[in-house]
Amino acid sequence: MSEIEVRALTKRFGGAEVLHPIDLNVETGEVLAIIGPSGSGKTTLLRCLNFLETPTTGKLKVGAIEIDADASLARQTARIRELRQHVGFVFQSFNLFPHRTALQNVIEGAVHVKHVPRAKAEKLGRVLLEKVGLGEKCDAYPSELSGGQQQRVAIARSLAMEPEVLLFDEPTSALDPELVGEVLATIRDLAAEHRTMIIVTHEMTFARDVADRAIFMDAGSIVEQGTARALFSNPNEERTRRFLSKLLRS
Amino acid sequence: MNATVDLLVQSAPFLLKGAGYTIELSFGGMLFGLALGLALALMRLSPRPLLQRIAGVYVSFIRGTPLLVQLFLIYYGLAQFGWRLDPIPSALLGFTLNIGGYTSEILRSAISSVARGQWEAAFAIGMTSTQAMRRVILPQAARVALPPLGNTFISLVKDTSLAATIQVPELFRQAQLITARTYEIFTMYIAAAFVYWIISSGLAFVQHRLEQQANVYVTRR
Repeated sequence: MSEIEVRALTKRFGGAEVLHPIDLNVETGEVLAIIGPSGSGKTTLLRCLNFLETPTTGKLKVGAIEIDADASLARQTARIRELRQHVGFVFQSFNLFPHRTALQNVIEGAVHVKHVPRAKAEKLGRVLLEKVGLGEKCDAYPSELSGGQQQRVAIARSLAMEPEVLLFDEPTSALDPELVGEVLATIRDLAAEHRTMIIVTHEMTFARDVADRAIFMDAGSIVEQGTARALFSNPNEERTRRFLSKLLRS
Repeated sequence: MNATVDLLVQSAPFLLKGAGYTIELSFGGMLFGLALGLALALMRLSPRPLLQRIAGVYVSFIRGTPLLVQLFLIYYGLAQFGWRLDPIPSALLGFTLNIGGYTSEILRSAISSVARGQWEAAFAIGMTSTQAMRRVILPQAARVALPPLGNTFISLVKDTSLAATIQVPELFRQAQLITARTYEIFTMYIAAAFVYWIISSGLAFVQHRLEQQANVYVTRR
């Protein structure tokens, strides 16, 4: 039984179908990379997995939680909220709470959503910030941190909810090049811990090295999927080849 | 010159008593008006068209009619149907309803100005809309809303002078009564103006300090 099961997921924005029926399985402890050109729907797919976008049709199962997008979503809000507590999401633009310190950002969910006692949450928070290399920045505000540091705090914040799955939406795309490495290193460490992770990224070398499996998306469909090694070095589909050659050339 | 000083010394207790009502009406109107304004702002932002419509009509009416007319409607107008309210409760009600309309626009735009990513980050860690609003959005909106709310408060202090027309013995009315007796028009109104100025300046100072406090996390770099 897979950790994540997606069946016949579609998404329409107004008249246009942005995601054609998607079927996808992700196993426990697997790191999946999603690559593809802009507009391919990879971010939309990722955002559907924690219902930041509401799928138009389809069924989604994460761990023991099942949500049916074909049925009324208004009736499933409690389950959606529960799902979100088991799925960590790291945004391209970090989205840290600017009016809270790094530590307060990290423990916000634990204290106010999971109702963990504050002292216990703070201890866990400090450990997590230490883990992402920001132990001395607990009391810093996001405005005092670099982009790479903010993203690492964001990663710690999602880890504080003890999620079963981690979703990364182009985690380094908004960073200055010299700050990309520290964030990729953090993500690499998490992958080594055999967490279930899905990473949408343009960092091809990183994806090839860190991911177990990869899928290539184009125009709202999965064009090709396979082991990361196979997909990146020897893709079957012409479109995949063209996309990879363009990126590896630059 | 001595006569003027004597007059000011003698009038001081009356003017200060009036100023007491001015402050009471300003603070009361602002406090209750802000609560009403928040409720209206949330209605305007609600996905339900009926709530949006009701709040929209209310705000349009408040902003589209003179405060003076609103006060008259409450104090003299309602009395025609048998609902008699005393001057001070009438004034308080009028200011509350008025401030509610104006602050709802301030709060609505302040809440809308908070980046969408903040909502998404709050939802991504499993918060409900209410939790997100309370813990993430409103604190950030409050910072944006502070200057225009401060302005509104200071304007209200001066608008309380209109309560004189519905028999409230506030600062302006006190000055007016004394000029009627003494004919010292310039002296009395300049004194009243001075007291308004002191109250407004006090509020402006508090606003400035609150803004500094609120911007701590933004400008520490």
